[in-house]
Amino acid sequence: MGFFDFFSKNKSGNVAKDRLKLLLVSDRANCSPEMMEAIKNDIIKVISKYMDVDTEALDIQITQTESEGGNGSVPALFANIPIKDIKTGNPNR
Amino acid sequence: MSEVIVITSGKGGVGKTTTSANLGTGLAMLNKKVVLIDTDIGLRNLDVVMGLENRIVYNLVDVIEGSCRMSQALIKDKRYPNLQLLPSAQTRDKSSVSPEQMKKLIDSLREEFDYVLLDCPAGIEQGFKNAIAGADRAIVVTTPEVSAIRDADRIIGLLEANEIHRIDLIINRIRMDMVKRGDMMSIEDVIDILAVHLIGAVPDDEHIVIATNQGEPLTGSDCMAGQAYMNIARRVTGEEVPMMDLNVKDGFFSRLAGLFKKK
Repeated sequence: MGFFDFFSKNKSGNVAKDRLKLLLVSDRANCSPEMMEAIKNDIIKVISKYMDVDTEALDIQITQTESEGGNGSVPALFANIPIKDIKTGNPNR
Repeated sequence: MSEVIVITSGKGGVGKTTTSANLGTGLAMLNKKVVLIDTDIGLRNLDVVMGLENRIVYNLVDVIEGSCRMSQALIKDKRYPNLQLLPSAQTRDKSSVSPEQMKKLIDSLREEFDYVLLDCPAGIEQGFKNAIAGADRAIVVTTPEVSAIRDADRIIGLLEANEIHRIDLIINRIRMDMVKRGDMMSIEDVIDILAVHLIGAVPDDEHIVIATNQGEPLTGSDCMAGQAYMNIARRVTGEEVPMMDLNVKDGFFSRLAGLFKKK
């Protein structure tokens, strides 16, 4: 451990906790990276019918969120989709 | 009313067998009639931790196959006659027993005993399925490590999928000195991640090694682990016991108290 590590808050206990949290999200969701990629592409396809989205910056991930019933946390799909321009008019033209 | 509790963890080496032996002893000390079943067929260990390895004549597979009666296979504990062990078979494999057979065997023990404790093998295959088949509730043992907690999370999911909804957690081998330094996940961290009810935390204690060497569970003895296991046994019976402060190391006063107790 170096001199600066001594002062950092990133102690190995916190590192372990953060690693575990990420690990368990994907374990619990039982979701492969290929499937995530497919979901992402389909989302782009649907959304871009209505608006111009930044496909490069689009990010989706599965995380934990409090369930509405209040019985602990449940997995949730979060999508961060930056919009470049909202198309107007009939989307089916 | 009898309760069947499976003690499981997913990962090996986190202390399932030690927990089974000590919890069984603790419940026996509380005057409950307890039977411990070693369900790890092929890798028998609970008998050694209990110090009963020289008394085995028949085993779990013999009972299931009808080669002997249940009463012939059960071994009485050295210290507590209301604690009995059904040892596992060492020379057979997990496929010798089916979940249905296990369920039937466990149900036949419900009348005689207050608690049936099942020491589950590591892994999530046949042995695990056999062990959980007849269980009413589960105790998941983990240590504050990434690998053990990951496996515990998987096990909790599998238990829930198998309709076992009463799940309690034991965090084993916690070192408060390391937690204080920030180099070990705390009890709160683990609970936060696993979101399951904590029934007790057991400190990393060299007395456990000594007790296992001697083949005598240390529940109720003077050391921290012994106290922790006794508290867990009480909580299993439904008693409200406050969580002990694991920080109390052998300070001046506790040493002084220890001196007087030895007399």
